[in-house]
Amino acid sequence: MTADTVTGYRAAAWNEPLIYQLGRKGRRGSAVVGVEEEVKKKIRDVLSEIPESMRRKEPVNLPELSEPEIVRHFIRLSQQTFGVDSGVILGVGTCTMKYNPKVNEALARSPKLTETHPLQETSTVQGILEIMYRLEKCLCTISGMDRFSLQPRGGAHAVLTNALIMRAYHKLNGELEERNEIVTPILSHPCNGGSPSVAGFKVVTIYPDPETGIPNVEAVKTAVSKHTAGMTITDPYDTGIFDPNIEEYIKIVHEAGGLVAVDQANANSLLGRLRIGDVGADLCHFNLHKSFSTPHGSHGPGSAPIGVKKHLAKFLPVPTVGFDGKKYYLDYDRPHSIGKVTGFYGTIPAVLKAYAWIMTMGAEGLKETSEVAVMNNNYLIQNLIKVRGVTLPWAKSHRWRLQEARFSLQKMKEDTGVGIDDVNRRIVDFGVQKCFPSHEPLIVKEPFTPEPPESTTKEDLDRFVQVFQQISQEAYTNPEIVKKAPHNCAISKIDPSPSRDPSKWALTWRAYLKKHK
Amino acid sequence: MTTHRYIPNSDPEIKRELLDGIGVREPEELFAAIPAKIRFHGRLDLPYAASEYEVKRRIETSLSKNITSNEMLSFVGAGCWPHYVPAVCDEINSRSEFLTAYTGDTYSDLGRFQALFEFQSMIGELVAMDAVTLPTYDWANASGDAIRMAAMATDRHEILVARTTSPEKRSVMRAYCGRLAEMQLIDYDPETGQISLEDLEQKISPNTAAVYIENPTYLGLIETQGERIAETAHDNGSLLIVGVEPLSLGILTAPGEYGADIVCGEGQPLGLHMNFGGASLGFLACRDEPRFLSSTGHRLITITKTERDGEWGFTYVLPERSMYAAREKAPSITGTGAALCAITAAVYLSALGPKGLREVAETIMQKSHYAMKRLSEIRGIKAPFFKSPHFEEFTVNFRSRKTVRRINQILLKLGIQGGKDLSKEFPELRNTALYCVTEIHTKEDIDRLTAALKEALK
Repeated sequence: MTADTVTGYRAAAWNEPLIYQLGRKGRRGSAVVGVEEEVKKKIRDVLSEIPESMRRKEPVNLPELSEPEIVRHFIRLSQQTFGVDSGVILGVGTCTMKYNPKVNEALARSPKLTETHPLQETSTVQGILEIMYRLEKCLCTISGMDRFSLQPRGGAHAVLTNALIMRAYHKLNGELEERNEIVTPILSHPCNGGSPSVAGFKVVTIYPDPETGIPNVEAVKTAVSKHTAGMTITDPYDTGIFDPNIEEYIKIVHEAGGLVAVDQANANSLLGRLRIGDVGADLCHFNLHKSFSTPHGSHGPGSAPIGVKKHLAKFLPVPTVGFDGKKYYLDYDRPHSIGKVTGFYGTIPAVLKAYAWIMTMGAEGLKETSEVAVMNNNYLIQNLIKVRGVTLPWAKSHRWRLQEARFSLQKMKEDTGVGIDDVNRRIVDFGVQKCFPSHEPLIVKEPFTPEPPESTTKEDLDRFVQVFQQISQEAYTNPEIVKKAPHNCAISKIDPSPSRDPSKWALTWRAYLKKHK
Repeated sequence: MTTHRYIPNSDPEIKRELLDGIGVREPEELFAAIPAKIRFHGRLDLPYAASEYEVKRRIETSLSKNITSNEMLSFVGAGCWPHYVPAVCDEINSRSEFLTAYTGDTYSDLGRFQALFEFQSMIGELVAMDAVTLPTYDWANASGDAIRMAAMATDRHEILVARTTSPEKRSVMRAYCGRLAEMQLIDYDPETGQISLEDLEQKISPNTAAVYIENPTYLGLIETQGERIAETAHDNGSLLIVGVEPLSLGILTAPGEYGADIVCGEGQPLGLHMNFGGASLGFLACRDEPRFLSSTGHRLITITKTERDGEWGFTYVLPERSMYAAREKAPSITGTGAALCAITAAVYLSALGPKGLREVAETIMQKSHYAMKRLSEIRGIKAPFFKSPHFEEFTVNFRSRKTVRRINQILLKLGIQGGKDLSKEFPELRNTALYCVTEIHTKEDIDRLTAALKEALK
């Protein structure tokens, strides 16, 4: 049961202690730069300037390890982490786990970028400003929008920024008090509802027609009113279904005086094929760490530039990057700007990597990206729906899907008691990253949402299906194997009870020692 | 097009196999759901370079126009600071599993969870708080989350913010206020730069959710009245939020020890290169109480046991509260944060250890004080502007007809990047710049700056 016959995978299992359990008192992992004697003589005891109450009494309780121990510890932890470079990771829908090119990493590690300070005189940072300026131009071309801000650091942050722009727009028009609602379809990314709420809007949610998986145009008309500040929508939805009424929705919202922000975090299937600016969107955003190949970094740093049409450009965060024909500059002279949404200018290494990727792909490469991503996905669909217990909701109305698809294991659950949580614990036994289930609420029961981006091989698509077949067979013949999984991972099934129990949860080692010793 | 090196299935033969498997003749059929009239039929006008060599060469040509802090002497900080980054930090930061992972569970990603738990644990020790969240983008965003947390935990809606907080950070904080909170500024003492306790007493009210102070402040000085401010806040039923620069905690009392309820700060000094301000790390810590933890949007990792003795496992605390599940009912935004930066910070803090952290903080303080002393010897310069203890940054006031801008231009010609011009952000300080000196500056560097400023003021 532990040895896996489908892929032959064995997980690295180091049983690595916590870093606080390693090392020995007195060891150290660094030598700090010294202070010259003349400096010491001149300043005498500066520490005594700090009043007693503000002077730390005991050294900070940090681990004490030598450099070799530190390296070994973190290398072992990295070996127990499953990234794009590790293996089959095509089950993670909404995330676009594509290959992150090595040359872009190497370029971003150049001291010419890493050792620049954001407040240096702009004459000394012309190179990075040029790259920022050019990426903005590329994103405008790809989206059909007029201006971009590179400041937002993730999708939810981008939607927050877009909501703030909507607020500023209506405020300037004197309509903010009346227009306090954002309309959003439930199958849009959760931040489409969440971020506008943080920005102070009331959120009106539209549900899909159970028959078609998309909202009825009538439902949108009903939801939109004189109180509508705007609509936030993800298209295609995470079900992989493209909502063909998007242009209609935009018209409805515009006629009511609202704005439309289209979430293009996962634009992998649209590159070179649809420019949301041409369709009439007022705002949009891309996640560079999804469609544009920058790495996910174990959950960040990401980057999610926002794009706007001309009429909203004056509201963009400060500064924007300008070019006067000779020099690039940071433009702070923007009186209508919403201000800042991050300390400086955004996740700059990601900006460089995305620009390098776009240049590597070019116009043809972007179209090839979307074509192959969609082919991969539909090939996967055709093979996965043959697996016992797997169904694809709305398959009748939407036969083909774009970059991802939301399946259901409801049938398997009814037949065998094995659901997606069990399958996700079992699938990792085979050296396959778990599937993204679904955001909540669960419109699809026992959901899972794979997304095989263009960097997936056909061999991996076939392997993924083979693993699913194996797990399905186990579920129907010996479900305990799946329910007791994992069997071939670094650890066995966890005790989930600290998740909701304040007396048990411990977010730090110091809290653990207080509660459990 | 020819088979692309990043697209394994772009080979025509494989494409044919895929299409046969799907049962369509042409890939275009798969896009049928996108109405023809809204499709883009043109060709995107984008730069293109087929080979890796050309891409590299073009990007490097752009980058070569930058003059880095390796190539000139720089004294600018103001939220992004030059420090030495030990090679182990870069080694782990570029480790491809950490670099390319995302959202796996503890079974596939045990190492990612453990490293992040270790980050949470070390930050907890640094600030003396039992609860630490997964990190956000930067200090400014962490401050925004902190004020949302305070407003929700107290059900009050006004935040008093120290006026020495950077105006740009205040702008980011405002982005998080929504209809939940309003910010009001507390004045500082013009002599010392410390919070004016009178102004605090006057402005604090039953609506005050929290008082936000920084230590050291944006203007570089150490706020020494932490305990009194905490008392004033707590007597009023309000919370104290403290924003920190983490290296200073090698020598300063942890905010948790003087009464902070929520602590946030910037992790860039912990083993992260400056990256034009683009590799920041906002951390957020709080008291380990459900009313605080249910008021954050960030993911929270808890340690747990497994079915086998002696194994550590990890899981998320109160997952239903995050935006992924709660949508518009979530307390704040949840999303891709800054995990790789946090893992790197954990490496840095392990490398420094208790002694190293203290030493680096002392070194910084000694060198910055040497710089203040040297600059003060120049006629027309007052450094620092405020009578207070300082850590690594300090105000330099010029009594000169030359503006800070002009002085910085002269310095630049001498190969020196001067401090940040504060004349717009704090006009009351008149002709003042914010200078930063850290462990990487040598006596010679500081002496060179002194000579150059003397020259510039002539």
